[in-house]
Amino acid sequence: MKGLASILVAVTLLGTVPLITSSNVVLNFLVVVFLIALVGQGWNLLGGYGGQYSFGHAAFFGTGAYVTAILQVRYGINAWLGFCIGIAAGALIGTVIGALSFRSRLKGSYFALVTLAFAEVLRIMASVAPITGAGVGTLIKLDLRPEAFQFQSRAPFYWIVLGLVGVSLMLIRVIEDSRFGAYLVAVRENEDAAQALGVNTTIVKLGAMTISAAITAAGGCFYAQYFLFVDAAIAYGPWISIEALLAPIIGGIGTVFGPLLGALVVKTLGEFAKLATGDAPGLDLVIYGCVLVLVVAVAPRGVAGILSDLRHRLLPPKTAVPTSLERGSG
Amino acid sequence: MLSPVILLPAVLNGLMTGAIYALVALGLTLIYGVLHIINFAHGALLTAAMFAVFFAYRLFGLDPYVAAIFLTPLFFMLGYGLQRFIIGPAAHGEDRNMLLVTLGLAVVIENSLLYVFRADTRTINLPYAFDVVEVGPAFLAVPRVIAFIVVFAVALSLGLIMRWTDTGKAIRAVAKEKLGAELAGIDVAHIYAITFGLGTACLAIAACLLIPTYYISPHAGNAFVLIAFTIVVLGGMGSVAGALIGGLFVGVVESLSGYYLGESLGQISIFVMFILVLLVRPSGLFGERA
Repeated sequence: MKGLASILVAVTLLGTVPLITSSNVVLNFLVVVFLIALVGQGWNLLGGYGGQYSFGHAAFFGTGAYVTAILQVRYGINAWLGFCIGIAAGALIGTVIGALSFRSRLKGSYFALVTLAFAEVLRIMASVAPITGAGVGTLIKLDLRPEAFQFQSRAPFYWIVLGLVGVSLMLIRVIEDSRFGAYLVAVRENEDAAQALGVNTTIVKLGAMTISAAITAAGGCFYAQYFLFVDAAIAYGPWISIEALLAPIIGGIGTVFGPLLGALVVKTLGEFAKLATGDAPGLDLVIYGCVLVLVVAVAPRGVAGILSDLRHRLLPPKTAVPTSLERGSG
Repeated sequence: MLSPVILLPAVLNGLMTGAIYALVALGLTLIYGVLHIINFAHGALLTAAMFAVFFAYRLFGLDPYVAAIFLTPLFFMLGYGLQRFIIGPAAHGEDRNMLLVTLGLAVVIENSLLYVFRADTRTINLPYAFDVVEVGPAFLAVPRVIAFIVVFAVALSLGLIMRWTDTGKAIRAVAKEKLGAELAGIDVAHIYAITFGLGTACLAIAACLLIPTYYISPHAGNAFVLIAFTIVVLGGMGSVAGALIGGLFVGVVESLSGYYLGESLGQISIFVMFILVLLVRPSGLFGERA
């Protein structure tokens, strides 16, 4: 598969960054970019390939973050184990929400609404339940040992989150070429037709939702370890649901590298907004919202689409191969 | 626990709150009924309307009820413009895109307000804000009683517009059969925008009715919009009567569960109800089909 090679090259190149610079500003920025790329990749599988737009991916992010934090703080479970359990818990929540909504045949507006509502219910519950620390939140104790998933410098965090992004990229690339991926795209393009051809659309959507939730939950788990603090507004707040869909849509919806490109663009814009105005609340989100509307309006294929248009204009293909075939030849 | 002395005021207050919910939901259901999308910018537009009422009072000394006369047409035009010049062209006729664009607008409006006005809560003091009328064992705030009456008047006039005017007929035609309406010479983009304008105008009225007893903050509208979603789903997407009855019902449920379960758990009861309705009967209690 030629796609896998380019993923390996990209990840390896990005992996050299901490060797070149030890600037905490640069590393911190890229860690956040990769975190959003990971969360967005989860959304991308379900929304980009499956056409099911979730407005509540915070449900999975938050579950991952809380489970990782609570297992360590309250039950003394090893952080690495907690990390894995957090991912599983997020996937489980995804399966439950997916099973309930797809069984009721919710799609389009209704699916967006029900995912939003689930995230809100979880947020309110987390802000009152004693186990989550209620309004105070959960603080993970500082314990700078690799066994506790905490490190002296930022570089190990950088490589870990980059590794997670790399795994998610390859996973999506493999799914793209698999039978399951083809079914998923068929569901997006025309669900009734897919069903008529014998695709069990409910199972396909449920599978996509579970994997999607697991990827996004991994982002939540990493968030908890990196920032060592979780509360209801961070974990289940609407901000993460929005960033989860913003990254793939801006980067290029339903493409392997879309979420990573989008996260890079979004976070760069966010940094510029901060530079321009100090740390005023809200302005970065105003810019994100404008960019979202603009991209949907003028560049529906996102940054990836713009790049491929440019490449075709600068280097016209020698033989007239349709682009859709080009991608499927792995 | 179920003594009528406690129960009756709770139910009556629930009905009063429910009426405002119903008005917000009415705008949402109208838009859904015609455009077949959920307007995720509804909450943010309500917040914008609340700020407009606030500044109409602060800058021009306009009483909220007087401000309604100016703000309703203003917000109608705002809604019309948003749909005609932003949402419609940006969506390229795809429902999924329309969802994203309204979500994007919501983010922009809400955070611009946050950026300009910060997260402070504001209130205005009106001489009649604390007047009450006595109904049996219950004391009801006068502004809430006014709101209750106005909401029914608005719903009635909206019903009449839809039934008897040419625009109303065109709206119903587009809602039923978009392509057929287009072939019959109806300008669908114009009707979409009119509908969006009417839905937004409902929010301006709701804001004017709310302000005498409610606070204003950049997130104030969100408290209403998820409730409005619940009502709209409960009452059946696109059904005006459903929105009214659903609104009153949700108001009462919230008031009672807030009383018996406490504030934050009372809030959850609404979401739980919402999810249950979505899962069990997504067409709602009065809707025709999913």
